[in-house]
Amino acid sequence: MSMQQTLPLPGVAPERTGGYRRDHLLVAEMVQPGSRVLDVGCGDGELLQLLESRGIDGRGIELSREGVNGCVAKGLAVVQGDADTDLVNYPDDAFDYVILSQTLQATRQPKVVLENLLRIGQRAIVSFPNFGFWKMRLQLLIGGHMPRTENLPASWYDTSNIHFCTIKDFVELCEQINVKMERAVALDLYGRPVPLNLPWWVWNMFGEQGVFLLSRGAGK
Amino acid sequence: MSNVRPIPSPQTQSDDRAHEADHPSSLLAKFGMDQPLKLDCGVDLAPFQIAYQTYGELNADKSNAILICHALTGDQHVNNIHPVTGKPGWWDTMVGAGKPIDPDKYFIICSNVIGGCMGSTGPASLNPATGKVWGLDFPIITIPDMVRAQAMLIDRLGITTLFCVVGGSMGGMQVLQWTAAYPERVFSTLAIACSTRHSAQNIAFHELGRQAVMADPDWRGGRYVDEDTHPHRGLAVARMAAHITYLSDAALHRKFGRRMQDRELPTFSFDADFQVESYLRYQGSSFVERFDANSYLYLTRAMDYFDIAADHNGVLAKAFTGIKTRFCVVSFTSDWLFPTSESRALVHALNASSARVSFAEIETDRGHDAFLLDVPEFLEISRAFLQAAGKARGLKDDGQS
Repeated sequence: MSMQQTLPLPGVAPERTGGYRRDHLLVAEMVQPGSRVLDVGCGDGELLQLLESRGIDGRGIELSREGVNGCVAKGLAVVQGDADTDLVNYPDDAFDYVILSQTLQATRQPKVVLENLLRIGQRAIVSFPNFGFWKMRLQLLIGGHMPRTENLPASWYDTSNIHFCTIKDFVELCEQINVKMERAVALDLYGRPVPLNLPWWVWNMFGEQGVFLLSRGAGK
Repeated sequence: MSNVRPIPSPQTQSDDRAHEADHPSSLLAKFGMDQPLKLDCGVDLAPFQIAYQTYGELNADKSNAILICHALTGDQHVNNIHPVTGKPGWWDTMVGAGKPIDPDKYFIICSNVIGGCMGSTGPASLNPATGKVWGLDFPIITIPDMVRAQAMLIDRLGITTLFCVVGGSMGGMQVLQWTAAYPERVFSTLAIACSTRHSAQNIAFHELGRQAVMADPDWRGGRYVDEDTHPHRGLAVARMAAHITYLSDAALHRKFGRRMQDRELPTFSFDADFQVESYLRYQGSSFVERFDANSYLYLTRAMDYFDIAADHNGVLAKAFTGIKTRFCVVSFTSDWLFPTSESRALVHALNASSARVSFAEIETDRGHDAFLLDVPEFLEISRAFLQAAGKARGLKDDGQS
């Protein structure tokens, strides 16, 4: 999990504003002040620190021991755990928001994880690398290789990202399992939002990652 | 077979140890007939006394008190020379100037558990009703009893809320019992290498130790003090067996391997040819100099009975419902006595209770005893957790609020 969390990896450093990553600032902006948040795959705790600095009661789960110990050493309430196996241990409605940042594609059962996020939290914030990004498409189309990018440099045989999807795929999954998309933002390679007034297919082409604020659909 | 040497008799006679049981080199809180300790077994224990040590100063708001709970064979001498052994305090890595639990910042309290043998009332103490040592007439005590006695001490010290309750192993059990029994009196906890219930394997090891003590003819049905003996062989064997469980295969291999003790070749006898044998014998014989055999029976029993969930209809999470206490749970990779899986079960229950919990597993080959040793990552996490909790408590770096 930590590997995904530290994305974007060296090669393209995410732009920083006031010391924080832009994609983190975007997530933080989606969270109402004073709420309770669980960050699944919280890595080194950078996002949790940002949230706590805004008066948000944050908790984290992280797979890597180094990540957890670093977080605890920062005074964060983080436990060692796995998104695939440990989310079931959390009760319904335990949090206002559950965040899954750059981790969905590394889970064994993304659909089950997504359903769990919205069981534990009133809302979920999910970000993931978009496999429909033009650079990815080009590598497969022209090069005939499984795509590798600056942010996803691992080869097909050693990547922990086993369930890639495009923004379009994700939107379809949300519709299928009755998840309401409250807000959707596509970020470019530098973590900058793709302008809002462009159609979906542009996002699916030019968004390097998608960030979604989700809630339970009607009847849930 | 002329080389066979049984475990030697203790060098210090039992006088020092016996003296400490009733007249400890510690602060003493005495509770009279009007303030009995209500034990889980149904007995009201009165009078009784609690021996304790303190380090540092309580601040004006009484908001910087840390209670340290000691492990099975520990005592209240956390950070001073031990009155019987003359050795440094048992937690010098954690407690002291510049250490994570710093007396310049915190008011640190550690009391000998009820049932112990270093000054708090236990089987080695004099029974005022008979004028003789309690022995097996002492009532069976539990971890909740130990905590109840500590709470009475904390009341006497005029402290309402403890800033932190800290402990490893049996000390960690007390930490968890504190939060389950007095959640509003505990601002934060550091529960190390422990469990919410004693496992079948651990009960089995304890039974082995108890049987070793009781099989020693010098145990005399627990009345060895009256008969001027001490089951030092049985107690030493119990300690040797227990000590193995505190280490790990890797640690033993690294420390001793198959190396010989002061010899090149095997002696073809049952003498301590191997270094590891010599080490264990030393651990056994030094332990009996400072510990009372009956006390060992009572304290191991208290651990066996410990099961927080059992007190809450079998649902662990119910023990912590609505709790505001900040938890830090720590386990060690090579600890097979209180393995990480036990800590993880606790963490799941705390998550289910929406408690604020941090949980770290520390990589080390030093086994259960790692919490007593210089394991930098563990000490750093403890320091950081206390600092963050102190900030939330409004404590400044000098311990003032």
